[in-house]
Amino acid sequence: MVGVLGLCAVLAVIPLLVILATLVVKGAGSINLDFFTRLPVPAGETGGGVAHAIVGTLMIVGGACLLGLPVGIAAGIFAAEWPASRLAIASRFIADVLNGTPSIVVGVFAWTWVVARQGHFSGFAGSVALAVLMIPMVMRTTEEMIKLVPHSLREAALALGFPRWKTSLVVMVRTCLPGIVTGSLLAVARIAGETAPLLFTALGSQYMNFDLRQPMAALPLVVFTYATGPYEEWHRLAWATALVLIIVVLILSLAARFATRRRFDASR
Amino acid sequence: MPLADRALRLTTERLTARYGSVVGIRDVSLGFTANQVHALIGPSGCGKTTFLRCLNRMHEETPGGVAEGVVRLDGDDVYAPQVDLRMLRRRVGMVFQRPTVFPTMSIQENVAAGLRFNGKLGKAEVARKVGKALEAAGLWEEVKDRLRTSPTALSGGQQQRLCIARTIAPEPEVVLLDEPTSSLDPQGTQRIEELLFQLKQRFTIIIVTHNMQQAARVSDTTSFFYLGDLVESGPTRDLFTTPKEARTEAYVTGRFG
Repeated sequence: MVGVLGLCAVLAVIPLLVILATLVVKGAGSINLDFFTRLPVPAGETGGGVAHAIVGTLMIVGGACLLGLPVGIAAGIFAAEWPASRLAIASRFIADVLNGTPSIVVGVFAWTWVVARQGHFSGFAGSVALAVLMIPMVMRTTEEMIKLVPHSLREAALALGFPRWKTSLVVMVRTCLPGIVTGSLLAVARIAGETAPLLFTALGSQYMNFDLRQPMAALPLVVFTYATGPYEEWHRLAWATALVLIIVVLILSLAARFATRRRFDASR
Repeated sequence: MPLADRALRLTTERLTARYGSVVGIRDVSLGFTANQVHALIGPSGCGKTTFLRCLNRMHEETPGGVAEGVVRLDGDDVYAPQVDLRMLRRRVGMVFQRPTVFPTMSIQENVAAGLRFNGKLGKAEVARKVGKALEAAGLWEEVKDRLRTSPTALSGGQQQRLCIARTIAPEPEVVLLDEPTSSLDPQGTQRIEELLFQLKQRFTIIIVTHNMQQAARVSDTTSFFYLGDLVESGPTRDLFTTPKEARTEAYVTGRFG
């Protein structure tokens, strides 16, 4: 019994290890300072980097956070504070459905809402798509984290004469803030690697661009473009970009771990 | 001083409390004299805590919680529509079964939590009130050098005394205690029982307890609840030695509950 379970545990991590090993073997060799600081060179030439995509990913994901985190966290607080209200029940159900929706569907909708209306692709449209993916995740984790705070703390605050909003923010949310931060970081890590919704929205670009109103490159888009391209040099860059992407996600996950650890230290 | 000579601080008239359609307590009329310790005893689920929670209107924070009847604090109807819940709960403080320290606040901030209403208190004034409350709760000597540290490192008994300090810091008139020692060891329990003797100089104290010995030790009057009814109420000594009701006698002699 133990043997079978242990074997399954090993099987579960093997794909991850294989992916990591492959990325390191194929990609690590191409990672150097140029890779982070330079722009792509014309097809056929060697060298060049993905600085434009690093900037693009940071801006698109940053925009998604500005749009998605406040809405997701606020919605989570609402669902936790009025758990039996019709609005909470409905939004919880819809959030769960959205969480399971393929991201490409969200991309198509972002295309109709933003790209089609504005008449051109833009980094902002990408942010909207990613924010829509992010909101249900952040909402549900925020709600679950608040629910983990002992009910007795809420009662203690109310019995001290705290108004409801203050009880909610100063006691409930404050107590589980590390958990909310963790959930948010995991949501960021999750959307940072999304490719499909960006194909219809941010589109991708060969140039350095700091303007969210223009089409914008992003790391997953670079992987997609280069990996499907015909040149050996592009494939090399795709592997390296994929490695960078997975490292970024890994760092975010570790940061989330760190935030959780601090919570346990504080409550000891 | 005979009981009749003391002012009634808190009274209830035909107080009935429900959870949805389930009745928690029925038609309870009781009076609590100022500056005494009043114990509420009875088996689990007989309405002691429900009754207590009606006195500062915490009962209505429970889903489905509804109360009917009258509760008067110094003559004012607690359930009148114009009553400000925040003011009421400042006047009627509450300590819970388990310590409920706020883990993200320091010891100092915990005690000050109920003081920051009007935001007009100066820092020195807050510090003075915090010190006074911690003194009164018998905790000052133990925490005076670590006021800015986390309260979660304190023992259960210390945490409960911290909660008492937090409750009395805004200087309420009435302090409600809901089985405050049920999660504590004998030493912690003893500290809190001793504390009640001092606290009643300043406050009117109503304590729910499972422990009949505790009621006998700490209280001036005792009220016995059974299945949502108030069976008998009176001076503690009389209730334990010469109960009028057969049910009271059966309970205090340990035949059930």
